[in-house]
Amino acid sequence: MKLLSLADFDQRLANGKDTTFVVNFWATWCAPCVDELPHFERLQAENSSSPLKVILVSVDSKSKLSKVVDPFVKTHRLKSEVYIFEEPDQQKFIDHVDKRWSGSVPATLVVNTSASRHDFYECEFSFEKLKSLTINPN
Amino acid sequence: MKKVVMSCILLLAICMKLSAQGYTVGSVVEDFRLKNVDEKMVSLADFKSAKGFIVVFTCNTCPVAKDYENRIIALNDEYAAKGYPVIAINTNDPVASPGDSFVKMQERAKEKNFKFPYLVDSDQQLTKRFGAAHTPTVYVLAKTGKGNVVEYTGAIDNDQDGSNPSKSTFVKNAVNELINGKKPSVSKTKAVGCTVKWKKA
Repeated sequence: MKLLSLADFDQRLANGKDTTFVVNFWATWCAPCVDELPHFERLQAENSSSPLKVILVSVDSKSKLSKVVDPFVKTHRLKSEVYIFEEPDQQKFIDHVDKRWSGSVPATLVVNTSASRHDFYECEFSFEKLKSLTINPN
Repeated sequence: MKKVVMSCILLLAICMKLSAQGYTVGSVVEDFRLKNVDEKMVSLADFKSAKGFIVVFTCNTCPVAKDYENRIIALNDEYAAKGYPVIAINTNDPVASPGDSFVKMQERAKEKNFKFPYLVDSDQQLTKRFGAAHTPTVYVLAKTGKGNVVEYTGAIDNDQDGSNPSKSTFVKNAVNELINGKKPSVSKTKAVGCTVKWKKA
């Protein structure tokens, strides 16, 4: 797993054109997040040929990367891209991702640059809800 | 299609609602009366000699809250005598989170020898009124002529697991400043935490 700088995060989303990015913020210590991860994996698997990209950003502490998060990704066989922010200050990355984010996890950001979409959801989703929000939401 | 749009709007409303409301710095806090782990009712008005309060929305089960448990105890040890006692409130619905039942709260308070109230917010109205979205979340209050005023909201510090080289002890700093007759220089912070386990409708 790689560390992600906030600048690279921004650039990735900005350069996505018509791609819908579904960025889920989760943590290995967060039970509802762990329950919800399979929905994001399934969303990506079922839409592998669509302009849809699931990115999983763990808010576990950077110090937990090799001992906790990497093994978790392996055991759960996560196929989506998984990152931890390089920025250690939670406050900085929380406000950077979205001012509306209080810091609760799970939380999900849906971005589509072409459609000027930038929605932030601070709650957990069923697969159906997640799908309805990200696939042909209009 | 209309149905899908409607459900999206509804979902948006549910997700956004909670973070948008609640007390902010400058708000005057309405007093409350909640049951403590010793079965007695507790209100802010009971603390006649307090100069303010460190109100902590927390719970038994959230790993982040657990990481901060000893720091909450230390805050009370240091600041109760200086007029700023800790008032801990469990935010979680015991059906949605069985580890947060009243009995489990009593067990935790005993095990960790809490010297401060650990209150149950059974209808979750106080958690909603304050606007605490996740645990742990702190509100530092100062007692004034017009009531208990919020002077700080947010995280205890920015170092959940002792790995941040640029650690800042937000709550301690805020209370120290209040004790010295100043306004907290940092009055609002954010940190990651566990979503409040709301009663299922």
